[in-house]
Amino acid sequence: MIALLLRDVRRAYAGGSPTLVVAFFLLVATLFPFAVGPDAALLARVGGGVVWAAALLAALLPVERLVAPDLEAGVIDQFAVRGHSLAAVAATRTLAHWLSFAPPLMAASVIAAALLGLPSRTLMLVELSLLLGTPGLAALAVATGALTAGLRGAGAVAGLVMLPLALPLLIFGAGAVESGSGALKLLAAASLLLVAGAPFAAGAAIRAGMD
Amino acid sequence: MILRLDQVACARGGRLLFANLDLTLGRGDAGVVTGPNGAGKSSLLRLCAGLLRPFEGRIETGSRALLGEQCALDGERALAAALAFWATLDGTRDRVEPALAAVDLLPLADVPVRLLSTGQRRRAGLARVVASGAALWLLDEPANGLDTASIARLEALVADHRAAGGAVLVATHLPLALPGGATIALGGAA
Repeated sequence: MIALLLRDVRRAYAGGSPTLVVAFFLLVATLFPFAVGPDAALLARVGGGVVWAAALLAALLPVERLVAPDLEAGVIDQFAVRGHSLAAVAATRTLAHWLSFAPPLMAASVIAAALLGLPSRTLMLVELSLLLGTPGLAALAVATGALTAGLRGAGAVAGLVMLPLALPLLIFGAGAVESGSGALKLLAAASLLLVAGAPFAAGAAIRAGMD
Repeated sequence: MILRLDQVACARGGRLLFANLDLTLGRGDAGVVTGPNGAGKSSLLRLCAGLLRPFEGRIETGSRALLGEQCALDGERALAAALAFWATLDGTRDRVEPALAAVDLLPLADVPVRLLSTGQRRRAGLARVVASGAALWLLDEPANGLDTASIARLEALVADHRAAGGAVLVATHLPLALPGGATIALGGAA
């Protein structure tokens, strides 16, 4: 599974998906000042929520490419033939996806915080909440990618499937930036639940798609 | 015994493709699955590979390797590195080079898989099966896109594998020389 992890991470970075995620994230974060006006006090107040909404939208981008290409290329079949559990394959993919999108996103949050004029204490909370919340987002993205693999217009359907399920992460993530530790614990709990459950859902979805 | 099918039935999309299929392949045996398009040849191979569940009956196999429609190698990687990925999983890293030599792709070992032709990709998939060291080879239309010399090489590889105590189940609509192979004709009744 380490070989698979290394392969997945290398493919993600070679395919340029982290760059795309970061660029999209920064673009969304810069849209808000244009939309609500250059009121520094207002931006500093809503900035944490803006960063989280941008992170959520950016996390949607790579969903289509997470499972479908390997399914088409027969790579997932080869794991199944070798008797590997598809949930383990999905869990490995989740970790690889997290490694390829969370660190660049957290680095880009520093830039976004500067653009929005967030104070350094808020930035720390944003980074902490992203660190706790992104594993859940990654797990959800892999499960959504597995569910929508092979569908026509999978990208749009993926958004409809993933965004409602990501709401707890968004609420507690943005809430943590506002109010601190209580919401952070709930965020960690929601994230943990997704990380624990989503690989099994993804494995079952892939298996069901084989029949 | 390398593969045993006991009263196996296969249904896809609510349609029964075949039923009451018995088949046993031991060391050195070969089976050739024939039948018209849509008779369930690929489904039978995917059943044996564990990718589909039988509608009825039981399937027992040992270690197996599947050559499906796709070669399952990463397009942007060099051929040898892409094969080494699977060989590492199978613990047969040292077999990659002999396998490449056996399908005459050693000169292309450093070429990215996406640049290979259809026939070369087929041979690369075959090299993955050869390198796997599995006892049972499941080959789905292995001769598709192969030239005459490559087909002869495929037949020789299968013969070697059988001589070494392996078994092969081949679905093909092209004639392949598999001496003493059992024929499994599907779709006769449909």
